Amino acid sequence: MSKIIASAAIRGAHKIAGQAEDILSQAVKEKGKDCRVEFPNTGYYMPIIYSMTGRGVETLADFEEVLKEVKDMLPPPVDEDLWLPYLGQALDAGMATLFAEEIIEACKYLIGPNPVDGIWLGAADDIILRERGIQFVDGTAPGFAAVVGSAPDVETAVTIARKLQERFLYVFMAGHHKGTTFSEQLVEGGVQLGWETRLVPFGREITSAIYALGFASRAALSFGGVEAGDFRRNLLYNKNRIFAFVMALGDVSDEWYATAAGAINYGFPVIADSDIPQILPTGVCTYEHVVSNIPYDQIVEKSIEVRGLKVKITEIDIPVSVSPAFEGERIRKDDMHCEFGGQRTPAFEWVRTQEIGEIEDGKVVVKGPDVDTLEAGGKLPLGILVEVAGRKMQPDFEPVLERQVHTFLNEAQGLWHMGQRDINWVRISKDAAKAGFMLEHIGKLLHAKYHDEYSSIVDKVQVLIYTDEKDVLKLREQAQAVYAERDARLEGMQDEDIETYYSCTLCQSFAPNHVCVVSPERPGLCGAYSWLDCRAAYEITPSGPNQPINKGNCIEPKIGQWDRVNEFIRQASGGNVPQMSQYSMITDPMTSCGCFECIAAILPMTGGIMIVNREYAEMTPCGMKFSTLAGTVGGGNQTPGFIGHSKHFINSRKFIAAEGGIRRIVWMPTMLKEDIKDTFIKRAEEFGLGGEEFLKKIADETTATTEEEVLEFITKAEHPAMALEPMF
Amino acid sequence: MDPKKRSSDKASQEMISQMAEAGQQNAWDRLETQLPQCGFGKLGVCCRICTMGPCRIDPFGEEPQFGVCGADADTIAARNLVRMIASGAAAHSDHGRDVAHTFKMAVESDNCDYMIKDELKLREVAARYGIKVEGRESKEIGTDLADAVLSEFGKQDGTLVSAAAYPPPARQKVWEEFGVTPRSIDREIVEIMHRTHIGVGSDYKNLVKQGIRACLADGWGGSLIATEISDILFGSPWPIRFGANLGVLDSKEVNIIVHGHEPTLSDIIVAVSQEPELVKMAEAKGAKGINLSGMCCTANETLMRHGIPVAGNFLQQELAVMTGVVEVMVVDVQCIMPALGSLCDCFHTKLITTSPKCKIAGAEHIEFHEDRAVEIAREIVKLAIENFTNRKGEGKIPKATERGIAGFTTENIFHHLGGRFRGSYRPLNDNIINGRIRGAAGVVGCNNPKQVHDYGHLAMIKELLKNDVLVVSTGCSAIAAGKAGLMRPEAAAKYCGPGLGEVCETVGIPPVLHVGSCVDNSRILTILSNVVAEGGLGEDISELPVAGAAPEWMSEKAVSIGMYFVASGVYTVIAEPLPVLGAENLTRYLTEGIEKDVGGKWAFERDPVKAAHLMIEHIESKRDALGINKAAERKLYDMEDRRALSVE
Repeated sequence: MSKIIASAAIRGAHKIAGQAEDILSQAVKEKGKDCRVEFPNTGYYMPIIYSMTGRGVETLADFEEVLKEVKDMLPPPVDEDLWLPYLGQALDAGMATLFAEEIIEACKYLIGPNPVDGIWLGAADDIILRERGIQFVDGTAPGFAAVVGSAPDVETAVTIARKLQERFLYVFMAGHHKGTTFSEQLVEGGVQLGWETRLVPFGREITSAIYALGFASRAALSFGGVEAGDFRRNLLYNKNRIFAFVMALGDVSDEWYATAAGAINYGFPVIADSDIPQILPTGVCTYEHVVSNIPYDQIVEKSIEVRGLKVKITEIDIPVSVSPAFEGERIRKDDMHCEFGGQRTPAFEWVRTQEIGEIEDGKVVVKGPDVDTLEAGGKLPLGILVEVAGRKMQPDFEPVLERQVHTFLNEAQGLWHMGQRDINWVRISKDAAKAGFMLEHIGKLLHAKYHDEYSSIVDKVQVLIYTDEKDVLKLREQAQAVYAERDARLEGMQDEDIETYYSCTLCQSFAPNHVCVVSPERPGLCGAYSWLDCRAAYEITPSGPNQPINKGNCIEPKIGQWDRVNEFIRQASGGNVPQMSQYSMITDPMTSCGCFECIAAILPMTGGIMIVNREYAEMTPCGMKFSTLAGTVGGGNQTPGFIGHSKHFINSRKFIAAEGGIRRIVWMPTMLKEDIKDTFIKRAEEFGLGGEEFLKKIADETTATTEEEVLEFITKAEHPAMALEPMF
Repeated sequence: MDPKKRSSDKASQEMISQMAEAGQQNAWDRLETQLPQCGFGKLGVCCRICTMGPCRIDPFGEEPQFGVCGADADTIAARNLVRMIASGAAAHSDHGRDVAHTFKMAVESDNCDYMIKDELKLREVAARYGIKVEGRESKEIGTDLADAVLSEFGKQDGTLVSAAAYPPPARQKVWEEFGVTPRSIDREIVEIMHRTHIGVGSDYKNLVKQGIRACLADGWGGSLIATEISDILFGSPWPIRFGANLGVLDSKEVNIIVHGHEPTLSDIIVAVSQEPELVKMAEAKGAKGINLSGMCCTANETLMRHGIPVAGNFLQQELAVMTGVVEVMVVDVQCIMPALGSLCDCFHTKLITTSPKCKIAGAEHIEFHEDRAVEIAREIVKLAIENFTNRKGEGKIPKATERGIAGFTTENIFHHLGGRFRGSYRPLNDNIINGRIRGAAGVVGCNNPKQVHDYGHLAMIKELLKNDVLVVSTGCSAIAAGKAGLMRPEAAAKYCGPGLGEVCETVGIPPVLHVGSCVDNSRILTILSNVVAEGGLGEDISELPVAGAAPEWMSEKAVSIGMYFVASGVYTVIAEPLPVLGAENLTRYLTEGIEKDVGGKWAFERDPVKAAHLMIEHIESKRDALGINKAAERKLYDMEDRRALSVE
């Protein structure tokens, strides 16, 4: 049977290579050989070609070289009689197909039809890659289903998509069958598409499947620490880390086979609804390679089994599904049954510790009117009080747990949550209300999720929900007092007061030398781990990636080095990082894994530094875009003059304290300025730099795009960095 | 005389009958005239090492039990056995040495008929020999490599580089602890000759130990060098179609058969034989063209690399001449029957010897010199063309031919199992572990008129395939399989059990993989090393569910091959017993005790189907020991599990 598949894949590869040749010559005719070619906002060129060959395609002329390589890789057709071994050939044909499909899709960006059209999203840029790709690394998404073609009807499509979402999978969609596509069927079924809901419509043609595989390749480059051109590691990274598979719905054409053969190179098997031949022996994929004729009601389970994926689904007794895939779901006004908070009604959420005897685990009390008393579009006040107890519970963990309310609520389908504390905002969709969702279910959901994820610190959880305005206002007052107390404590918490810092080596899976040292005044560079988070994480998983470091004796207070910290770093980096400074970006700076929210880089002419955030895709004054800078800074190496850090860290008193702190900042994008503004102004005042005044002295993209322009701007603005000593 | 009792091969049966009709003698006839063969010789208890003898030991326990010097049956048989190993190892290794010399000439010269054909392999092999390859020219690397491999033959210090560079570490440790790591190729052979001289060693185990050392110097040394350097110099094989059996001879063309072992001359003949000038010359003589075919391991060399058809295996050399259409049979070394000399006298066929090591009465000698390779090859082809007009009549060519796929190597298996991006042995290991493939067997070796020609190979191979055992093959065994259609990819569906059949179908391979000539048994060793390195099947070759066999063996080379497989940890079954059965202790040691020392052991079984089942039993016992015979549950991976997976 494999022979039929190999023959078809090789035929398909020849066809697609032919299409690539045609569109490329058309593009060259229209735009000229030197025309630049790129997918929007990415530092990874044509990601499959780049990751497999190391070749960064920049112009159409480069494509002509790639096309030669494609032709070289195309094997001859499989003979009917006395055939030569074809498995390796078919896999090569598959990869040639993917190269050719990148040529086709990239040319479409130049000469049309534009891949981004209507519901079709085309290539994902690097911001999406960072935001979403990291989920494949941290485990929030185990992989993706590349769904090709269309289901027999809308209802089946919706059911399959929901099941995939419930298993935390991304659904990448490409190709059409019988005049329609899986994506269009979902739209028809009223399902919200987009990266937020993990349902990603790449394109109508099979060639757009390369956006899915290109994403996988980039994840390996970006998070796997794989060098471009190291095809073997890239593909094995995908086989062993990103549990993706192809779900082929409809008649499998030669072109589908060819593209699927490309996917099998990544270890992504094919599960088909149609009666095509199977390839069951294992080896390239973890288990079977092609499994076919699977009924629709079993296809999701079968796919997961074939891929070898274990997904932990906690069954929670509420009328809607729960999965991280629903986290990004929006509920528009028209789809909303009711809402709470959001400045429309008073609301709050609050986690507090109680004595263990005072809590009845699993108790949920709803006091006041419930969802079913409201007409569509109605609103109510909402107070969510979560009371927890546990032998290892500490008041410091309360905010850590409280922040999870946002995630937990969003994971429920038809439930939407924004904000936190007393600025929270909750919506319940019409569908959820119709399914019988009541406020009690919020309690059940929170109870289950806390037990699921925090069982090592939490023994008992009860949830009290209030909707009577009087109750809400009264309790909110108590909560506000606690919030204020917490802020004061955190604000006052200084590195000097604490003997124990925490390590974070979560990212060593892709940056093996990298160690984050998290102190109260230096949060993790990804922005996700504060000192308190690390402490809680350590309590939750004592053998996990967050380990306490007794900092020992201070060697050098200014740059922030301690003997035991250095000792820890040496050991945890496998001897690669001998010493590290907590407060300097020049002397032994901290390494970066690649997950940083921002990069600080010196601008030597100005005597200051620029900071660029991940979302800023344009050129920066140092001559590199964020994506290029990230390549220099990441990977677990110490790079004096460059550090990766969180946004929050900019407002820390210890931010590059050795070099003079925020006074050194001479350039930031406006969006970043806006983001950190409030505390930044406070800090600037505290440092005697003049609050908002100082923020204005910092150049941004509207005032300077080159180092020279920055210098000119800050000279005019009399920026305090001008008066500082040189940084090195 | 019933030809079916002599050969199972139809083409051969036809020619055997013709020879009988023509009153021509062949190997089978001569075997008959030898019967009954000397029992002392067969049992290994005859010693003619010094002139106090010849001595012989009574195999029934009567007197005499000692030779004049006092050697008993075990000593005598052990000496004889290890001397066979010395000769076999010498033959392979001399082959390796010759290729290495040609290689040295090629890399040192700017104007030479040879050149490096596989740069990638050059670099891989050089790296294994510890030669710097980064940023260096091929010729520079080649010069260093030539010196490195040539020094393996005669060096006085240390041990073989290749014995440390190719086998799994666990295997090397076994040798080290037992004290058999080979020091240099020639030295081990010489030391056998010394140790078996009158009045040196008499402890049979200690004698066998030196035999082991010498055969390891063959398998992991001389033979391996022959294979590796041939690949570099003549190109690494890649799957290729070939035709097999006497039917490949063409009555309308000038037929040249290359016979023997080394590729040095035959490869050049392949290159020149289709030169337009020569073809035109042939046409002028009334021939339609020039038809080159091979015999024995020369055939394997030229078919693996060029798809040159193979006329037959060892027992078909006389039959080929008997067709009357062979203009020239050009031979180099090994397995060339002296009988060809007088047989060719009866036909127009010219027998041409080319090696100073191998001259045959009745043959024309055109000595081959590597520095004039093309010139000499052309001379030989021209001689064949000239001889075409001397052919008498149409000749009698049997119709039977088959086709198949050859050209599998240790290196290209990676590609077949995963393409250029995912090349690996993983699918092989995986499917052995999951039981689709029970294990693998190397079925190799010669022909022996004591067995029905080819039957031993084919019956054994078919039995193994039926039981889902993948077969790799070399030498005359591979030719037998090719002639029987077992190297057709379609054969998988016909002969294999469901598991093996499915895997062959997935990869698109025949169930019997042709990996080359008899020196290329080294490929089987390196394949086994790769299987171990891929992981999941133990740390040493001796843990693998594999077995070896030579169901029709006859030569001393086969003894060396068998012993190096045993000493590499492989259970090895041969049909004709080693000439040791008169020595009880030695026999017991070779078939039992040796396993404790080196991990493999010998077994003797003339019935190929029974022998296949001995192998299958052994394979299953290894599977049990590995714990892979228990049905494994499908492991599903959560995040933790995924993180624990290697991405190297």
